[in-house]
Amino acid sequence: MADTGNDATDHPNEYPNEYSHESPNGHAREDAKVHPQAHPRVHPDKRSGHHPRSFGYTMAIIAILGLLLLIVPSVVVLITSFTSGYSLKFPPPGLSLRWYKALLFDSPEIVDALWVSVKVATLATAIATVLAVAAAVVLARKRTIAARLLDSFFMAPLTVPSLALGLGILVLFNLGSAGLSFYSLLAGHIALCAPYVLYTTSASYAQLDPALLDSSRCLGASPWRTFYRIVLPALRPGIASGAFIAFMNSFDNVALSLFLSDARTEVLPIRLWHIIEDSLDVRAAAASGILIAVTLVSMLLMERFANASSNMSRQIR
Amino acid sequence: MNPTQKLTARRARVRSGISGLSDWWLTLPLGLFFAIFVAVPLLLLAAISFHTDASMQHWGVNQYQRYFTDPYNRGVLWSTIGLGLATTAVCIVFGYPIAWLYTASAPKWRRVILLCILMPLLTSSVVRTFAWVVILGNDGLIDHTLMALGWVTYPVKLLYTPSAVVVSLAQIELPLMILPLASSLGAIDTRLTEASHALGASQWRTWWRISMPLSVPGLLSGALLVFTGAVSAFVVQTLVGGGQLMYMPFYIYQQAIESQDYPFAAAVAMILLVCILIMVTALNYFGRKTRGFIHG
Repeated sequence: MADTGNDATDHPNEYPNEYSHESPNGHAREDAKVHPQAHPRVHPDKRSGHHPRSFGYTMAIIAILGLLLLIVPSVVVLITSFTSGYSLKFPPPGLSLRWYKALLFDSPEIVDALWVSVKVATLATAIATVLAVAAAVVLARKRTIAARLLDSFFMAPLTVPSLALGLGILVLFNLGSAGLSFYSLLAGHIALCAPYVLYTTSASYAQLDPALLDSSRCLGASPWRTFYRIVLPALRPGIASGAFIAFMNSFDNVALSLFLSDARTEVLPIRLWHIIEDSLDVRAAAASGILIAVTLVSMLLMERFANASSNMSRQIR
Repeated sequence: MNPTQKLTARRARVRSGISGLSDWWLTLPLGLFFAIFVAVPLLLLAAISFHTDASMQHWGVNQYQRYFTDPYNRGVLWSTIGLGLATTAVCIVFGYPIAWLYTASAPKWRRVILLCILMPLLTSSVVRTFAWVVILGNDGLIDHTLMALGWVTYPVKLLYTPSAVVVSLAQIELPLMILPLASSLGAIDTRLTEASHALGASQWRTWWRISMPLSVPGLLSGALLVFTGAVSAFVVQTLVGGGQLMYMPFYIYQQAIESQDYPFAAAVAMILLVCILIMVTALNYFGRKTRGFIHG
């Protein structure tokens, strides 16, 4: 410990005066255990060989690397989608809109898949929202074992691998000799969407002041009136962010749709999956570019209207 | 809650028509739907996995025996679990600093960081996987950088390796680790860290002894989300892993669709499901233990 002398002089600057008479005691005991020979006032930072600011620097550097890791891939895809070449070379040899044109005008199968995806995600989110909000307003206030069990049952699609659920639903439809159709796909996606809406709605409902319901009743409002005028407006941000996440997840799902869609009901992510797996067609980059742009715009809209991002960060726990 | 609030809450529960006992019927539509399209399919899956032949005439544990006696099958299981654990580890290494930066930043920067976290979370996972194919592939970003630096003279094979799968999966699952960690770190009473500094502990010591232990609930829920997501990530595993690397989800798909061997596919699905359930139970158990520890 060559720099012991420095520490003794550094020390008073590091701490406010009111604490300084306490710290030597604490240090003396610590040091007696760890380093019997060390000077009692050795600063712990120096003792372990760290610069006092090293913590902040190390964490900030790793964090910034991590944040770059999060956004760089999307940026790379966006740039690649404007390539003028025939391959996914990065950096691209030149910029053009040719692959966006090819996607929009010469790829009916991708556009068809997009419409199937939008239809399934919209319908599944709408139905799941109605079912899940109805269940949430009951379950959120109950602390009984039955309510908790039912709640975890409704959360099951979040932990059960969608592939297993999809295979199960496929077997169910085959047993009923119903075969695959748009409705089998829809059924799977409703099960996928419901937990998100249930979760965010329950979280919003838990924050609702019970006194409001009470006063509404005291003033003579019927339960339905209370629901429409008090409960529903208070739950709206929760419902909106849940529905938003549900829609995004349904739109994005591959594992479930893999078993539940046939040639007529192929969804966009599966179409893209096939393209990327087979041929690495640059149209996949253009489609990805459009999806990234749509995500960004809808996120900013949600942020504006429902403050969804703060809701989501609070509620995903 | 103070006593008055408690009383109000109880009165509201007892008298309010919306949350009274008679309102269980509101859970009925979702309950019925889930019974038919979640519970029955999973039970069917379990039942099918206990059939010995593809035509499903005879009962038995044959499929499970067949799975566990074959070293190839066991290898697929281990590499899937290993993938989940490695991805979780990488997510913890990057997740903690980002969550720390988020809680330590001014509100203006928090919005920027939150956008960086949520944007990838909401982008389609096929798109994000595709991004990794572009970055890691031949003529991709990494290849170009390495060759420009003169470190290599020929394209390196990065795609279709296990580490490529771990890195891309970690990037895709990272937001799910950061969000619970950030809310856990943000909920820590700042007086605790201040007291630790005042008593002479370095920032590192405060981090290891105060902030990290108190954020364990967030860590556990993050680890749960990342692990379950990673082991069942069909898209990343197939596109970045390629045909050579086999993981459980694609194995299920291959056995069911390509080989039409439903009992075996169902058995593989049940094994994956049981692995996830074991992980969930273990993490919940630790979660309960640490919660008791944190709140005295």
